Amino acid sequence: MNNIFQDANRQQIAGRRRMDWVLHILFVVATSIGVVALCALIIDILVDGLARLQPDLFTNFPSRKADGSGMKSALIGTIYMLLIMAPISFIFGVGAAIYLEEYAKKGRLTRLIQLNISTLAGVPSIVYGILGLALFVRLLALDRSLIAGALTMTLLVLPIIIVAAQEAIRAVPKSRRDASFALGATKWQTVSRSVMPSALPGVLTGVILAMSRAIGETAPLVMIGALTYVAFLPKGITDSFTVIPIQVYNWLSKPQLEFKELAASGIIVLLVLLLLMNFSAILLRNKYQKNI
Amino acid sequence: MPRQEALTVRQSQTESKQELYNFKNKRVSVMNKLMPVLLFLCASVSVLTTIGIVITLITETYQFFQKIPIFDFLFGTKWSPLIPPKSFGVLPLLSGTLMITFIACLVAIPIGLASAIYLSEYAPKKVRKVIKPILEVLAGVPTIVYGYFALSLITPLIQKVFDSAGVFNALSAGIVVGIMIIPMVCSLSEDAMSAVPRSLRDGAYALGATRLEVALRIVVPAAFSGIVASAVLAFSRAIGETMIVTVAAGSTPNMTVNPLDSIQTMTAYIVQVSLGDTPHGTVEYGSIFAVGMTLFVITFLLNILAQFIARKFREEY
Repeated sequence: MNNIFQDANRQQIAGRRRMDWVLHILFVVATSIGVVALCALIIDILVDGLARLQPDLFTNFPSRKADGSGMKSALIGTIYMLLIMAPISFIFGVGAAIYLEEYAKKGRLTRLIQLNISTLAGVPSIVYGILGLALFVRLLALDRSLIAGALTMTLLVLPIIIVAAQEAIRAVPKSRRDASFALGATKWQTVSRSVMPSALPGVLTGVILAMSRAIGETAPLVMIGALTYVAFLPKGITDSFTVIPIQVYNWLSKPQLEFKELAASGIIVLLVLLLLMNFSAILLRNKYQKNI
Repeated sequence: MPRQEALTVRQSQTESKQELYNFKNKRVSVMNKLMPVLLFLCASVSVLTTIGIVITLITETYQFFQKIPIFDFLFGTKWSPLIPPKSFGVLPLLSGTLMITFIACLVAIPIGLASAIYLSEYAPKKVRKVIKPILEVLAGVPTIVYGYFALSLITPLIQKVFDSAGVFNALSAGIVVGIMIIPMVCSLSEDAMSAVPRSLRDGAYALGATRLEVALRIVVPAAFSGIVASAVLAFSRAIGETMIVTVAAGSTPNMTVNPLDSIQTMTAYIVQVSLGDTPHGTVEYGSIFAVGMTLFVITFLLNILAQFIARKFREEY
């Protein structure tokens, strides 16, 4: 009698172990799907795009024929847009973060702003495009210009920067502020000379990541009318422009195979740019992480 | 006499030092008063953005509904804004969007959740260290790149399996949107699972539970609110996704349940119209805002719902 129970028990345990083992394998497989997808994506793009990754791509303007067609205007447009939006979004994003972390009193208004920021982060990017179209392009009459695009993208990345900067500021120990106050420093002196210098690496990491989000965005810029065919370089901030993802989209929407290859090589350039930015963000993070 | 002179020089020096000190002090106090105001203005930009979005959408949508009755928009089953006879029933766009979202969630939620369980309960530290950055990279890939991926790799695969699949089909776009949101489901669920205290797991292990039983009967139920919130956010993200569906799902608004058909989502329609240089004030131009409003309201409600679930049903330990 006892034996039967023991056998049943042993069997039951073996069954549970087997179940554990089977699902373990299943979980590993599921996790590797993401990795496999990333590898497939990269290989697919490299195979299609490497052939057209030639100097022409960087020195020529887009043209009707795929051969010799380039993305000079898109590359320059992306860089210009970054140069305009980086300082603006840095100032407003970091300013907002400092206010929320150092100055704001814990109350209903602060909670509202905080809730608003997390909600904004979930708004689809194309809705920012609609706002940009109505506000910057029409109302402020900036037309389809570089500055209208840069401002729209600034609004898009602000929540990301604010959240990252808030985390960096929060990580600065309270003792640092106390020491500064003890020396007779005012609030602003403490914030600007004691807190911000030690929070800066974290803040910059956030800003770089936000910028890398911005250079990959297509939809909002299509909305505000970044042109898909630009055979000139923007001379001022009110000129029309294009960016790499829009150029890629343009090539992708053409039926010929050659343009698809061009799109793939455009994507390679975009991904390399993103990789460089992410890499510098990681370097920055690792270098200064210990110093706080 | 020279002594007297030196004295006055020294006196004037102290005076100027005092002045400098006063000036510095004044500047310090001005900064101290001014900066909070400036910083508050920075913080209010985010609120103004929300207000701007809402006002823009409401005013333009209101004008649109002056021309097209709101009932026809919400319940009309034909969307044909550019080709006469014009018709503005949003349901085909909505059904297209929901089909993409449904396929995407079917892909992303099981895979994302399984990856989260693996990373939080099974994976050794070394594996975690490799997998997590890879998932982060996957989350950072621009959507236009995913669009290319859908068109050049997934669609041909689907066409090999199903003969009736067109170049543009909902299935391909849906799968790729799903792949795009896997990292989001995974990292949010994993956060929720790692917040479950170690003592709960240890208690279960002490009773002789296997790892699977600990994961499915202890950790997942304890982290359930976070997991559901991550699924809702993923759903909302899939609804708002634009470039993948624009590139791979086609531009034929039609009410179908066949995922191999070409469809059009709300986001893809907005892109299509804004590419066409539609003049300001026309019905087509207004339709962008009406569709955008629909999109905004849906995603906004979902985001609020996710936050509500995460807060309301959180198990506190």
